[in-house]
Amino acid sequence: MSGPLPARRPLRRLRPRLALSILGPDGVKSVHEAALEVLGRAGVRFPSARALGILADSGCAVDWERQVARIPPDLAMAAISRAPRRFTLGARDPEDNLDLDGEHCYLSTDGCGIQVYDLQTGSPRRSTGEDVYHSALVADYLDSIAFYWGPTVSAQDVPPAVRPLRELEAAFLGTSKHVQPETIISAQVAEWCVEMALAEVGSAAELRRRPIFSVMQCALDPLGQDGGSLEASLVAAAHGVPTGFMPMPMSCATAPATLAGNLVVATVDALAPLILIQLAHPGAPVFFAAAPTVMDLVTGGYTGGSPEDYLLGGAFNEVCRYYGLPLSMGAMATGAKLPDWQAALDNTLSAIMPVLTGTAMLTGAGLLNGSKIFSYQQLIMDCEIYSVAARVSEGIQVDAETLAVDLICRIGPGGNYLSDPHTLRHLRDIWRPRVIDRSPYDAWERSGRRGAFEAATDLARSILEQHRPRPVEAAVRREWDRILAAAARR
Amino acid sequence: MERDKLFEEMYRVVYEGEIEQAAQVAGRGLAAGLDPLDCLNLGFMPALERVGEEFGKGEKFLPELVAAGEAMQRALAVVQPHLAAARRDRLTLGRVLLGTVEGDIHEIGKRIVGSLLIAAGFEVVDLGVDVSAATFLDRARELRPSIVGLSALLTTTMVRQKEVIDLFRQAGVRAQIIVGGAPVTASWAEEIGADGYAEDGGSAVALARKLAGGTGS
Repeated sequence: MSGPLPARRPLRRLRPRLALSILGPDGVKSVHEAALEVLGRAGVRFPSARALGILADSGCAVDWERQVARIPPDLAMAAISRAPRRFTLGARDPEDNLDLDGEHCYLSTDGCGIQVYDLQTGSPRRSTGEDVYHSALVADYLDSIAFYWGPTVSAQDVPPAVRPLRELEAAFLGTSKHVQPETIISAQVAEWCVEMALAEVGSAAELRRRPIFSVMQCALDPLGQDGGSLEASLVAAAHGVPTGFMPMPMSCATAPATLAGNLVVATVDALAPLILIQLAHPGAPVFFAAAPTVMDLVTGGYTGGSPEDYLLGGAFNEVCRYYGLPLSMGAMATGAKLPDWQAALDNTLSAIMPVLTGTAMLTGAGLLNGSKIFSYQQLIMDCEIYSVAARVSEGIQVDAETLAVDLICRIGPGGNYLSDPHTLRHLRDIWRPRVIDRSPYDAWERSGRRGAFEAATDLARSILEQHRPRPVEAAVRREWDRILAAAARR
Repeated sequence: MERDKLFEEMYRVVYEGEIEQAAQVAGRGLAAGLDPLDCLNLGFMPALERVGEEFGKGEKFLPELVAAGEAMQRALAVVQPHLAAARRDRLTLGRVLLGTVEGDIHEIGKRIVGSLLIAAGFEVVDLGVDVSAATFLDRARELRPSIVGLSALLTTTMVRQKEVIDLFRQAGVRAQIIVGGAPVTASWAEEIGADGYAEDGGSAVALARKLAGGTGS
């Protein structure tokens, strides 16, 4: 059915050269000042005695009953300045390590869906642990996917108590790339995850150098955090495991209707936990994250793509760059139910805006219906979208070689450049599709009208049948079994 | 040893599409006393075949295929006069006459088809652009091609393809006439009585192979 699979290529390390500004320096500064004012005046809810204790000890005004800490601007700025501007997301295979250096951009899978469009039947069904492994396996193969975020789908056949650990295990087994779960939401689970990572990398020092997983948390906008998530991140930070917090303020519902106001809420809800972590563990790697959006005015739901989302996505990157912190921007995650025109529109624009505004991480590819249904085809087609955005972000090089004046004069009027050495030298700079259909009409008709979806289906099948990730050693797996058994007993 | 080096060099100039070097390398081979047929069969041809295979697998691209074909053509021009006439004929899959029809000056699509046909082993005579039906007929009488390819880019000039076909049929000149160009479709080709139609360069080669096989040339 499927042909031989080309070898896995090194992951794409995109370095955009084009830069887009949405807010401009004055706009960014205004958002920053507004956020500082809100941190000090209204404060942020930290529903964790441990977190509130750290903040109180550092000089924040804490209202213990409301669990709200007001953070003075000076303290906030001092804490922000301790956050490292550059750090590494490690990987089981060090070749897959990602340098968050303010210059590169990396795409991940999306998470955390609850259904899968079954590759055989084409119908949606409930996701399982096997789907976590399979999605990681495909992510491992695709060069546009730099790390595995999620899990892409939830392992709903696994008891909730150990589900995050089983999902982490399945992700590690499926890919040697960095894994960034969003399901580590208690200190205990964080401890177990750190243990699992230690088993793989061998030592605490190596885990600091090469944190093979990082922790993504959700904020509770507006101006709030989740207690378990905060405590989990404090555990991660203590081990040098990077952690980030993703506000998803929704204009009209959890943020002001105005986009600038939305950005203020996003900034406060990304800064507040970062400040906490820096107060507790100065210098611990923390990244910004955000998926700001607007409410659908009819359903009250998540839009999964709108012009406001694209603007917010770009603008929040500018805010982030002001602080010099790496950002993970929620992108793609279309509201479309099928990999169709709407999905392509949403995912193209939501990807290209953060890429052109210097995001470090782009999260993520492969889910439909507002991050609820995983589609292998959408994952592969999202990679194609990203690859287009990547090429656009490289811009146009202008120098003597690329202006090619001598060549143009030599070929002269009416000639062509087809077989010229200059063409042969540069033709591979030209972007080429992987699944986009450019076949002649008749060939397309003869193929049974195959398009990108069908090409993506074939590629997904080939990957699942033929690709095998870098194995995890048996001794490490035995240690994981022990940790999982201990977790199951609790 | 020296001999193998020369064959390797022949392979390389075609594989890398080094058009300017091809004739010189062919000349060096002949000067060293190599058999002209060996130059083709052991030097140049395998490279052209490999480029074709890699193109099929998506590893090489159109400009590379064209460059390889042109390098091959340059080499052939040097080697061919040294071959006996009987052996010369066996070297080609057939002769193809190409041109853009009268009133139309679009060149590049036809040029690509021509290069791909050369790369596939056809002998191609390109009459250029704005070629009248009478010129097609005269040259066909003179050169006796097995295939005549008519290119047109405009809806206003594609009607000229029919003129050429009608003229050939009236004059009783036998040749397989194939048509192509952006506005041309399979149904148009059928309507005007063409012997074949291809939508892109790759399918044009497949079509020419099929037709040339049919005429036994």
